[in-house]
Amino acid sequence: MDILFQPWSWYVAGPILALIMFALIFFGENFGMSNNLRTMCAIGGGDKLSDFFKINTKEQYWNLAFVLGSILGGFIAVQFMTGDTAIHLSEGTVATLEGYGFKNVGADYLPEEIFGMERLKSFTGILMLLGGGILVGFGTRYAGGCTSGHAISGLSNLQVPSLIAVIGFFIGGLIMVHLIMPFIF
Amino acid sequence: MQYFKFIALGIVFGIVMVKAEIISWFRIFEMFSFQSFHMYGIIGSAVILGVIGTYLLKRSKAKSIYGDEIVFVPKNKSITRYLAGGIIFGLGWALVGACPGPIFVLLGAGYLPVLVILFGALIGTLLYGVTRSKLPH
Repeated sequence: MDILFQPWSWYVAGPILALIMFALIFFGENFGMSNNLRTMCAIGGGDKLSDFFKINTKEQYWNLAFVLGSILGGFIAVQFMTGDTAIHLSEGTVATLEGYGFKNVGADYLPEEIFGMERLKSFTGILMLLGGGILVGFGTRYAGGCTSGHAISGLSNLQVPSLIAVIGFFIGGLIMVHLIMPFIF
Repeated sequence: MQYFKFIALGIVFGIVMVKAEIISWFRIFEMFSFQSFHMYGIIGSAVILGVIGTYLLKRSKAKSIYGDEIVFVPKNKSITRYLAGGIIFGLGWALVGACPGPIFVLLGAGYLPVLVILFGALIGTLLYGVTRSKLPH
């Protein structure tokens, strides 16, 4: 039982993600989380703004059920399967973030400096989370998929478009972490 | 209950996202800093098994549980949309440390500030839908 409470290694997590992808394929569907954002917009009345949201949302209920499950899974894992939430980060990462003035680096899943209540009360704090979310929503739909749809499903099917998208993910991520973040923090 | 199996798979997904710390902003920062193998190992091992499995499924003409032939639809050929969209997503992913899956998992894990990210992601999706006809694809 002890293994349940320890953090899981990459060689446990990666294969399980592949199994989830194959299970969805056997159930006649495809692994792709960002599609749910489109479905939610469609259900919320987005079809009045753009034909892009004129979709048969019923056909996407299976994916919303998957979302419901992942919310439950997050709850179960944190409530019943977690000893402590400390992340064992590399020394380099800790040093870089401490250099930015971060305190308690890796003490919890999310840093106080971005997600803490103090930040949520400030305009720049809200703007950062909202802006990041907008980039995620806009970018995934523009690229037609996210980490699950392109990086895992698409690359598994040797899709060149997915490889281009994943290269894009990394260009964007590297620009943010190495060129923009040093100015934000 | 035809949706039960998807809820069950989602639960497994959510648990993996938490237990392997994929929901952690720190892990994403560390990945883009090239200071840990962890995230590369996760995505890499999933893709290697995915490539092998997908190849075998295609070759064996496997059927879904409903008896339909499994078809893998190729993605439309283009560079602009995948590269531009990918870069925009990557900027957001690194900033808030969450791609669409972990956004939902984090909410279940009780990190309510992530609601702001979800709200932003929905706005971003709407923005794409509205501006789509004017964007180069």
